[in-house]
Amino acid sequence: MSVDRALEGVGGALDDRFRGAKGFRTLFRKIFPDHWTFLLGEIALYSFIILLLTGTFLTFWFQPSMTEVVYHGSFTHLDGVRMSEAYASTLNISFDVRGGLLMRQIHHWAADLFVAAILAHMLRIFFTGAYRKPREVNWLLGLAMLTLAMLEGLFGYSLPDDLLSGAGLRITEGVMQSVPLVGTYLAFFLFGGAYPGSQIIPRMYIIHVLLIPGILLALITAHLFIMFHQKHTQMPGKGRTEKNVVGAPLYPYFMAKTGAFFFFTFAAVALAATFAQINPIWLYGPYNPVAISAGSQPDFYMGFLEGALRMMPPWEWNVAGHTFSFNVFIPAFVPLGLIFTAAALWPFLEQWITGDKREHHINDRPRNAATRTALGMGAIAFYGVLWLEGANDVVADHLDIPLYTTTRIAQVAIFVLPVVAYIVTKRICLGLQRKDLHLLEHGVETGIIRQLPSGEFIEETRPVTEEARAVLESRPEPLSLPPAESDVPAPAMRGATGRLRERLNEVVNESVPLTESDGYGGHGNGHGNGHAAEVGHGAEAEHAAVPAAGEREAGHGDEGGGGGYSATGSVTDQGDGQSGS
Amino acid sequence: MSDTDARGGLPEDRDYPAGQGGPGWAGQPTGEEQAGPHRVIGTPAPATARTLLGTGQGDGGPQPPPELPAEPADPGKAKKAERIVATCFIISMLAGIGFIAAYIGLEVHSVDAVLRSNLALGTSMAVAFLGLGVGATIWVRHLMPEVELTEARKPMASTPADREAFEETFNEGADASGFKRPLVRRTLIAATLPIALAPLVLLRDMGPLPGTSLRYTVWRKGTRLITYGSNTPLRPEDFGTPGGMITVIPEGYQDDYDALAKAATIIIKFRPGELQPPTVMNWTVDGIVAYSKICTHVGCPVALYEQTTHHILCPCHQSTFDAPRGAQVIFGPAARPLPQLPITTNAAGFLVAQSDYTEPVGPSFWERG
Repeated sequence: MSVDRALEGVGGALDDRFRGAKGFRTLFRKIFPDHWTFLLGEIALYSFIILLLTGTFLTFWFQPSMTEVVYHGSFTHLDGVRMSEAYASTLNISFDVRGGLLMRQIHHWAADLFVAAILAHMLRIFFTGAYRKPREVNWLLGLAMLTLAMLEGLFGYSLPDDLLSGAGLRITEGVMQSVPLVGTYLAFFLFGGAYPGSQIIPRMYIIHVLLIPGILLALITAHLFIMFHQKHTQMPGKGRTEKNVVGAPLYPYFMAKTGAFFFFTFAAVALAATFAQINPIWLYGPYNPVAISAGSQPDFYMGFLEGALRMMPPWEWNVAGHTFSFNVFIPAFVPLGLIFTAAALWPFLEQWITGDKREHHINDRPRNAATRTALGMGAIAFYGVLWLEGANDVVADHLDIPLYTTTRIAQVAIFVLPVVAYIVTKRICLGLQRKDLHLLEHGVETGIIRQLPSGEFIEETRPVTEEARAVLESRPEPLSLPPAESDVPAPAMRGATGRLRERLNEVVNESVPLTESDGYGGHGNGHGNGHAAEVGHGAEAEHAAVPAAGEREAGHGDEGGGGGYSATGSVTDQGDGQSGS
Repeated sequence: MSDTDARGGLPEDRDYPAGQGGPGWAGQPTGEEQAGPHRVIGTPAPATARTLLGTGQGDGGPQPPPELPAEPADPGKAKKAERIVATCFIISMLAGIGFIAAYIGLEVHSVDAVLRSNLALGTSMAVAFLGLGVGATIWVRHLMPEVELTEARKPMASTPADREAFEETFNEGADASGFKRPLVRRTLIAATLPIALAPLVLLRDMGPLPGTSLRYTVWRKGTRLITYGSNTPLRPEDFGTPGGMITVIPEGYQDDYDALAKAATIIIKFRPGELQPPTVMNWTVDGIVAYSKICTHVGCPVALYEQTTHHILCPCHQSTFDAPRGAQVIFGPAARPLPQLPITTNAAGFLVAQSDYTEPVGPSFWERG
């Protein structure tokens, strides 16, 4: 067989030199668990690869220079207009390089997808608790990469030196100046003097094409290596434990799947770049500090900063000859700092509050960590308000709301909505926990109504499948903090911090008790067992309108006094609840 | 304990409970009676699901059956899938050829041509990738037999013995290195500090120090106001009726963006009596008032003017300034009014500046005070 010969020949020659047979064999059989949300990180990775490929293409023609030229290219509308070489070369890429426009648009769409995928991936990690020990370091690396990705995007879309991105740069400069003590110096050093100067484009260019991508590449490598080394988390399910990884091997399954996914990602971005125009810089015109266009919006990932700037009240202090521009400094740095600091500290804070220092490899279902999920939704609401306010002129225009009203609403919503989101999410999670418990204890309602000999109507239920049961039972019992020793609190629980920890612990661990509470207690066990006996019948006779006699009645006889709960009144109910099966 | 260790002895470390395979694999030899470790793949019946740990899989032991079956569950379905996969790959190939053809055949150099080229290149590229993606996915799903393997996971922490051994090695090395000699250690640290600081020092020439440059613009006494765009000087009589807002720049600085970034100015003509304090009346000519166009928030040009309300609006963050009343802030995040430029007319009747702005224009900065 030729494949065998090739393997022996090439593989043998390589193995003679690198001794890879054993290592690669193990590698090929490495197990990768499967879940659709595990693809979010892959989207980010593949977007990054697409960015590297298309970005390299663009550098062949792009001139990162602010030297003024007079344009005489193919885009005749701007013929004779003075512009920077950066802008002119971007026009050149768009109109005179074959595939240039496509590559530019793929690059821009891939950048948006990159940040969006990172955000979605991060939310998945947060809501499933996948950041918990031993993966805290990877969580922090992820946060670092998100920060860099946003900065990389800002610098990237500023490079063409068009009117829209120039406004963004001007804002960046104003924001830098608001930093107390060193702000003016920071701005002058970045811009090489007064704004706009002639240095900012070449400087951003080298940061954009070398510095940040280099750091990102190193961080991605570390991120992936750590993931690989620690093995991926898995979703709860039958046969999945904290001590195993269930899934398909790298070779050939994961390789083929992930390869296919790379092509899907590339295809999606290519489709967007073909049919959805993005950043048409020739319509904006070259940058000029005197002009601006209305409706200026940054790329979506900078929108929340824009919103923060818009909704901030005009607070400014002048103290001893110095200016504190709270109206700029606070919105530019506080929301960002709040979100990132909270995200970075949370894994460690949670460990301290719960006392849970165990390793976790089975992901939580979000409902089972009600407080964490609620906090996450609160953060999303906070971010969402900022983000929407960043487009408040568009919102006002489309919804026909007065512009100032949108800002006033946002100024209130930024405080209220996160709290509302927290409370509502927590209630929903606890409700879902109750529903899960109910399913475990009473089984799935089949929608089949039967009449008992006594004349009473009753709905049949059947126990959940083993697979579903494994998922439903995946909620771990929370750890308890060090207990008090006969009225004296444990050393870790003393003092104000100890009391705070205890209180936080109650909040974080708030959940529906796993064991049956008095709510269902009276008829619990007998009821469950009775239904367990019905498995086969329920499945066979899902649509039977008239209950069969005989053995099935005997099954119900076992049920004891459980009738009270599951009787559902009328036969017309039978159509409902089928979805549970 | 490293990952490699955990996976080193492959058969020993792993157990393979039944997966959710197709019915075709139910017949795979699964009995416990079989000697040695074995794999159970794609066995649907829960009754046969069990965890099987291999025992003593030595070199000389009997060969285990393969972990991955070589054939998919349903050969008939697989045949069909194979044809679909091949079709996808052929479509992808054709699209790839189409991409090259479009590159060679379609010119650019005009808006319409670029749009045609973009459509052809982009579509063929997307189809080429989609073909590969769809084909490969169907391949994995329907041509490869379904498997679910289980790999053991060990705690991340090393065993105490390994940790102890490491500690020993580390300390041995530290002792051997002589790093505990205080003189060597301290001088080494002392030597690295200035070197660590040097890169920061090197950045000093990134830009000049701001000095007082943010306090001043290029407006001087007698500088003519010329309209932005057409670069023509203005006389008060040129304003027929009160109304719109005009952007003006200092004459001689049309192409100096560094100057314009601070000096851009707007002028608005009001009816008599409309201008109110705190507008400085001495700085106006004939109801014409000049304000800085650079927003005091973060520096966007305040380019929107609502004639009916006389509101100047910054399109970036919607700071709103009351034009007849000294451009005071009436809404939005800007903290200060737009500075007013003192203007007058020169001997020839053209609008000129009386002086530079009397306060710094644009966004606040630390030294502004």
